[in-house]
Formats: sequence, C-alpha cells, structure tokens
Amino acid sequence: MCGVFFMFVFCYMMVPLFNIMCKQFGLNGKSGASASVFDPHMQVDYSRTIKVTFTTTLHGALKFKFIPLQRHLEIHPGERKLVYFFSENQTGRELTVQAVPSITPSDAARFLKKTECFCFTQQYFFKGEKADMPVYFFIDPGVSRDIKEVTLSYTLFDASGFVKGQARYTKGRIDL
Amino acid sequence: MSNAIAHEHETGHHDDHHGPEPGIKRWLFTTNHKDIGTLYLFFSLIMFFVSGVMALMIRAELFEPGKVLLDPEHFNQMTTMHGLIMVFGVIMPAMAGLANWLIPMMIGAPDMALPRLNNWSFWLLPFAFTLLISTMFTGGPAPDFGWTFYAPLSTIYGPNSTDFFIFSIHMMGASSIMAALNIIVTIFNMRAPGMTWMKMPLFVWSWLVTAFLLLAVMPVLAGCVTMMLMDRHFHTSFFNAAGGGDPILFQHVFWFFGHPEVYILILPGFGVISDILPTFARKPLFGYRFMVYATALIAILGFIVWMHHMFTTGAPIAAQLYFMYATMLIAVPTGIKVFNWVATLFKGSITFETPMLFALGFLVMFTIGGFSGLMLALVPSDYQYRDSYFVVAHFHYVLVSGSLFTIIAAVYYWLPKWTGHMYSETLGRWHFWLSVIGMNLTFLPMHFLGLAGMPRRIPDYPLQYTDFNQLCTVGAFIFGFAQLIFLYIVLKAAWSKAKKTATDQVWEGAQGLEWTLSSPPPYHTFETPPVVP
Repeated sequence: MCGVFFMFVFCYMMVPLFNIMCKQFGLNGKSGASASVFDPHMQVDYSRTIKVTFTTTLHGALKFKFIPLQRHLEIHPGERKLVYFFSENQTGRELTVQAVPSITPSDAARFLKKTECFCFTQQYFFKGEKADMPVYFFIDPGVSRDIKEVTLSYTLFDASGFVKGQARYTKGRIDL
Repeated sequence: MSNAIAHEHETGHHDDHHGPEPGIKRWLFTTNHKDIGTLYLFFSLIMFFVSGVMALMIRAELFEPGKVLLDPEHFNQMTTMHGLIMVFGVIMPAMAGLANWLIPMMIGAPDMALPRLNNWSFWLLPFAFTLLISTMFTGGPAPDFGWTFYAPLSTIYGPNSTDFFIFSIHMMGASSIMAALNIIVTIFNMRAPGMTWMKMPLFVWSWLVTAFLLLAVMPVLAGCVTMMLMDRHFHTSFFNAAGGGDPILFQHVFWFFGHPEVYILILPGFGVISDILPTFARKPLFGYRFMVYATALIAILGFIVWMHHMFTTGAPIAAQLYFMYATMLIAVPTGIKVFNWVATLFKGSITFETPMLFALGFLVMFTIGGFSGLMLALVPSDYQYRDSYFVVAHFHYVLVSGSLFTIIAAVYYWLPKWTGHMYSETLGRWHFWLSVIGMNLTFLPMHFLGLAGMPRRIPDYPLQYTDFNQLCTVGAFIFGFAQLIFLYIVLKAAWSKAKKTATDQVWEGAQGLEWTLSSPPPYHTFETPPVVP
C-alpha cells in the first residue's frame, strides 16, 4: 500500500521534479519558466561579447505567424536587453498559446536569464490578433568564457486544451 | 507446513503418485516448475517465429529501394511489433522458462517457492501478447512508434491501438515482477543444505541479480506507460510541452527502465555460458568469485548510464562526459567475464558439441557487439552513429548472437536432460553454422550502412545502399530458415516415442545437481533435499 502510494506520488511529482533538476543542472536547454531577478549593480563584463540568435518554431500544424523582430544581437554579460517577438493568429478563431523556450548550448542555458517573458504565461489571441511580445533578458557574467554564441529558441504550442485560469498576462505586450 | 509433510509421511502418502493431471488441465492449472518452464519455453518459441516473420517482412521490404512489400505505415508497425515481441515475448520468457526448469534443480529445491504465483505469471503472457498482436487485425494501425514508443509519437500522435499496447505492457510487467519475486524467494530460502552462496551455479547467480533488476525497473516501465495513458485520456501533460510537461522526460523515464532492461536480457545468458564452457572444456570455471562480482557490478552500473541513449537531447558537457565514462566503465566487468571465459578454455580438453558451438559463437560475436557498444558510448562518435543502422547492427549483435545464442545453447545443453532424448549432432551443427553465417551476413553489413549514413526505421533508401541491404536480406532469410531446423530438433525431442537414451549426466564434463537426476527427471524432484558436498 505504502509502495503504491509512493509510486503514485513519485509519478505525480515527476514533471515538477524534472523541471527543477533541469533548471539546476542546465539539462535539456531549460532555463526555467519563471522570472529571474536582475541586479542593477551587476558588473557588466565589457571585455566579452556574446552573440545571441533567436529562432522560432511552430509546433505541429499551428497556423500562427511567429518570428523574432531581430534575428540576433550582441550582448555583454551582465547587460540587459529587450527583444520583441511578433505573432499573428491566423487560425481563424480565438486561441490560447504557450511558448516554450530552449537554449543551446546547454552549458549556457542556466546563465541566460529572463526577467520578463511572454513565455512565463499562456498568451491569449483573438481571431486575427497581432502582437509584439517582449523578452527582457541578460546573460549572467558567471557564464564560461568558452561561450561565444547562444541560441534562444521558442516553440509555440497550441495550449487550448490546457487553458489555465490565470489573468491574461499582457505586460509589455504591444497589440498591433 | 512441516506438520503437513509429517502427516503425509505417517499416512503413507508418497508424492510419487502426484503425477500431472491429464489433458489440457495439466497445463492450465499446473504449479509444477518443470511444466511452467516448458510453457514459457514453448510460448517463447512460438513468439520467436511470429516475430521472426515480421523481421523477414522488414528485410524483404528493404531488399530494393522503393516499395517491395510494405507501405511505410505497415513497415513502421512491423519494426515496432518485431522489437516489442522479441524483447518481451521471446528473450524474457525464454530466460524465465530456463529459470523455472533449472533453478530448483540446480539448488536442490523441490519446486519454486510460490507455485501458484508462478502459474499466474506465465498465464498473463499469452493474454498480453494476444492483446498486443490483435491490434494488427483491428481497424486502424497497430502501434507504429518503434519499440521505444517515444512521446509524443505514442501520446498525441499514437494510434488508438496504443491503449491496447499500454495495457499489454502492464500485464507483461506484472508477469515479470511476479516471476522475479518468485525467483528471489526461491534462491534465498530453498537452497539445499550445503548449497552456500558461493557454491551456486552461475546461472542461478545471474538470475538472482537479474530478478533484482526486474523488480527495480519494471515498476518504472509501468509508471511510464501509465503516464502515457493519462496524457492520452485524462488530460494530464507529463510529456506534453503545451501543458507544461516535457517529451524529454519520457526518454529519461523510458531509458531508466530501458538500460537495466538490456542487462535483464543478457545476464541470464552470461550464466548459461558460464555453465556450458566448463562442461565442454572439462575444467572448472576460471575465477568463479570474480564472475559473481562482475555480474553484480554490471547490474549496479546499469542503473547509472541511461543518458547515453540521449546524448543528442541537449545535455551539458559535464553530463555527457559522466555518462560516457560510466558507460565505458561497464566494459571492465564485462571484460572480466570475457577474459575468464577465455581462461576457462585455456588448456582445456575441448570438444565441440552443439551447445559448445553456440557458446563459442556467443563469445566471439557478443564481444564484437560489445566493441560496437563502446564506439557508441563515445559522445563525439555517437553524434554520428545515433539513429543509424550502426545502432541496429550493434544491438542485434548483442541480442541475437548474445541473448538468443545463449538461449539456443541452453536448450541444446539441457534438452537431453529435459526430454531424455539426445538430439542429432549433425542437425545441430547445420543449425549452428547456418545461423552463424546468416546472422553475420545480416548484421555485419549494417555497420557499414550505418557508417555510410543510412538511418534506422526507414522503409526506403537511396540507391547507393542497395548492395549491402541485399546482402542483409539474403542473410536474414538464411538465418530465419535455419531456425526451422531448431524447431524440428526441439519438437522431435519433445514428442519422440523412441527409447530414452540420454544418460543421467548427459555430458562427460557436466557438474551440478541437475545432472544427478535421471533424464528426463521425475515430475517431482528433490523432495528430500540432496546433500551438497
């Protein structure tokens, strides 16, 4: 009985545990789906420049337009930047989507930190709605000196089966 | 229990008249370890041919580029079912059958410790596989996501038959867990007086270790398929990123089961080889203690290397390095085993009966499979080899010339003991040489196909791969038809009415308790524990 209970709880907790492990060890390109705190007194390391490239993928047959407004930028560790991702709902109906980030190389994953991101919550789109969605991020100066390039990739999922009862998060989102 | 035994003796009841029940009831209700062993072995033999036909259909399709026999959907179903049935329906039941027949006779026990559980763990299997195979005859595709059933192929995109597949995996898991429990309890509690741990035959040792592996990982597999079921029908998202889960989590859970599983498939075979080689080399096994420790070490290391199946899923360098070195570390205990087997042969007076031929074939070809495994363990080369035919070549070398050859060797070795009939040595040799030629012709070119870039699990390929694929297909058919000789030999021994000619010891150099019994052994053996010197 105890064993069955343990097995149930273990399976039930599998996803949260896995996410914690991934975040801690930088597995799987995960950098966490929650906000990091930006320390304004952080020393910016001007001696290094890291090129950050943005890519997007639509999951399955999702009819969305989803592109970064700039393909890449150069950033010094410790410096905070803002990028927008344009998206347009072309499905012909209202839809809730969820963007899932992934970072390569995985050794840089836990050093790329986002203070605000449209990926932290689900995003609601009216039929045909267009929006620019923001990401504020910085690279922690603790990142290895071997890291010269980082790719931040977002995959956009149809989350209509999994709508959460949270307030529509539109902070920083520019509706077009 | 001791009361019951005493009572029986007082009233003059002897267990000699407890013969088998007549007719089909004998097999349905049997709690006799020999009957259940026979059932397991025949079940495995039937599944071997069912799954073998699927393999030949796969090879026929790959004889030429373009469509030969199967369209891509059916090709995917064939690769999936071939893998699932060979792993869960052939190798595992065959090893369990050998365990049932041999462990009680080897440790001097009258039967398995939990005979009714034993009956149940066998009879779950035919139902599980009927359920699985029935999906090929229902509307809609059978499972078509590969034997590894990665999410989301098996969750979001899985056909309706996936639920049948999930339930059949649950049943197989329950069967394996009960069989493993039974074996552990038997070995711990029912050894004859004097059968100390370090006197146990290595087959018993390796099954003890295997049983612990089964107990540890079968619940993980059950949990894994249950999570799939939840994702498919109960609106969870363990493996669905849209709802906050992660498909990579599936791979971690699956391979945490999957890697120990490959040792479940091979360790009993190591035990078989460790019993056969000393018999035909007429020398005691070299380094018995080290063989025991190496078996246990392989099992322990097997738990901490699962991510070497997932090098390209985005692991940090440190994790890749760790899993690479840990994987290569397994070569140490495996190397101890191979060297000890070779040392057992050294200066022995060797004869080449069929069990010995298969054991030697295992020794050479399993080592080749081990080396290609080492190549795959290297992260940089794995980036190239992954998901190519090189992987297919590797795991068929360790599973066909590894596990399967040990099972065939075991059957030839103990068949005269089980049935009392000696098989034909000439036919045995034909079977061995055709199997070796067929097997190498099938799987050796696959290494080169993989290195040249042919991906696995595809029904079609570019023109430049044609020659090697045709060799593979010819080899597969030679191998497949050679197994009909094996079928004939087994059936002839099992049903022959001729005079039973096998002696008790059968083989000149055979040592161990099972060879002190008559051939075939009586229905009940060792009701009075033997004395182990």
